[in-house]
Amino acid sequence: MPTVTFTAHLARQVPAATLEAPGTTVREVLEAVFATSPRLRTYLLDEQGRLRKHVGIWVDSVPISDRIGLGDPVTATSRLHVLQLLSGG
Amino acid sequence: MPDLLVATRKGLLRFAHDGKLVEPPAFLGDPVSAVLADPRDGTLYAALRLGHFGVKLHRSTDGGASWEEVAAPAFPAAPDPEGAPAVDMVWCLEAGGSQEPGRIWAGTLPAALFVSDDRGASWRLVDALWDRPERKDWMGGGYDHPGLHTILVDPRDPRKLTVAISTGGIWRSTDGGGTWALCGRGLRQDHVPPERTFDPGFQDPHRLAACAAAPETVWCQHHNGIFRSTDAAETFVEIRDVLPSAFGFAVAAHPGDPDTAWFVPAIRDERRVPVEGRLVVTRTRDGGRSFEALGRGLPERDAFDLVYRHGLDVDATGEHLAMGSTTGHLWIADGGGESWRLLAGHLAPIAAVRFLPD
Repeated sequence: MPTVTFTAHLARQVPAATLEAPGTTVREVLEAVFATSPRLRTYLLDEQGRLRKHVGIWVDSVPISDRIGLGDPVTATSRLHVLQLLSGG
Repeated sequence: MPDLLVATRKGLLRFAHDGKLVEPPAFLGDPVSAVLADPRDGTLYAALRLGHFGVKLHRSTDGGASWEEVAAPAFPAAPDPEGAPAVDMVWCLEAGGSQEPGRIWAGTLPAALFVSDDRGASWRLVDALWDRPERKDWMGGGYDHPGLHTILVDPRDPRKLTVAISTGGIWRSTDGGGTWALCGRGLRQDHVPPERTFDPGFQDPHRLAACAAAPETVWCQHHNGIFRSTDAAETFVEIRDVLPSAFGFAVAAHPGDPDTAWFVPAIRDERRVPVEGRLVVTRTRDGGRSFEALGRGLPERDAFDLVYRHGLDVDATGEHLAMGSTTGHLWIADGGGESWRLLAGHLAPIAAVRFLPD
């Protein structure tokens, strides 16, 4: 099952511990995450379901390319890294 | 003075009536874009604009000692998310009428009005304003998107609402938001083609303030100067020859005297700093026929302070004022602005100051 880790910066706002979540796309994995941690949804996605502009997700070492549909494939051994991108000071 | 809330780029501060900072600040390090102290039940609301994680709304029922996250205003999900709107910032929060418990209004970037009837637990977009065909003409004013920054709720009849948009004019509803009409005849916008100069739909009202005791008197700090309405924003008269300048963002209206209002001038659009480096507050007490420049206790030279739209407030007595700048200075005044005192001088840029109701 894919593993999802979150930036510590996010944990300052809302609980976000590393967890395993099923799915074959980034969207499916995130929906599984939100099923157990519903507050995380609005922190990572906007109301249109798009990845927030200053949030990045990497599948293993590759940043995802579909930031709207979140259709990038994920394998059972993938590690998803949810990280912050640069944003102000 | 009453207790004071100060929304900054790096947290929400509360100053007690004796001027001391109540420790610790809330949301330390996070941008706070709007704040509301609900006079009906004492609940505090704070809107955050987290750089990475979006717009959030929190409320407190213990004066800010603890906060709980509630829903933030959000657009309905569109069938095609490409190019669909998303709330970028909550720019203003206002309480509904005294007979509307739990009703809260929010104005946002992009320019939209949202309403909650359960103290922020859920929100809905006010479609009747969002669906106006004139919205295609709205433009960004200071931000990439147009924004709704002022919501006036008539204290005598809360179905009467007035909102202002930079840049999209002033809109009124008399049925609680069900229908909207463009108002603001007499406003003048310079940086549009001449045919549009007096078109109410192309105006950039920076901020509106109404007299609580006489809500038909509405003051407008506009991009092009200072205007006053005595018919609830239907029509405005421009007030010229205000020294040192009629350019600015903030305005506060005296709660009991419709002839008194305060403004914070800057040089002009392309030079948003105090005139000759001297920060003053301008006050009229005769309906705009004359103005005084009040500077006692404010920096007399080398000041770069700019006061944003929500950076000036007056308390319910009309005697105490608070003012916060983008340079992180916070002042309070007694005597209706006669004398100012620096309360804090090393804050983050200040988005809003707001007295708590007594």
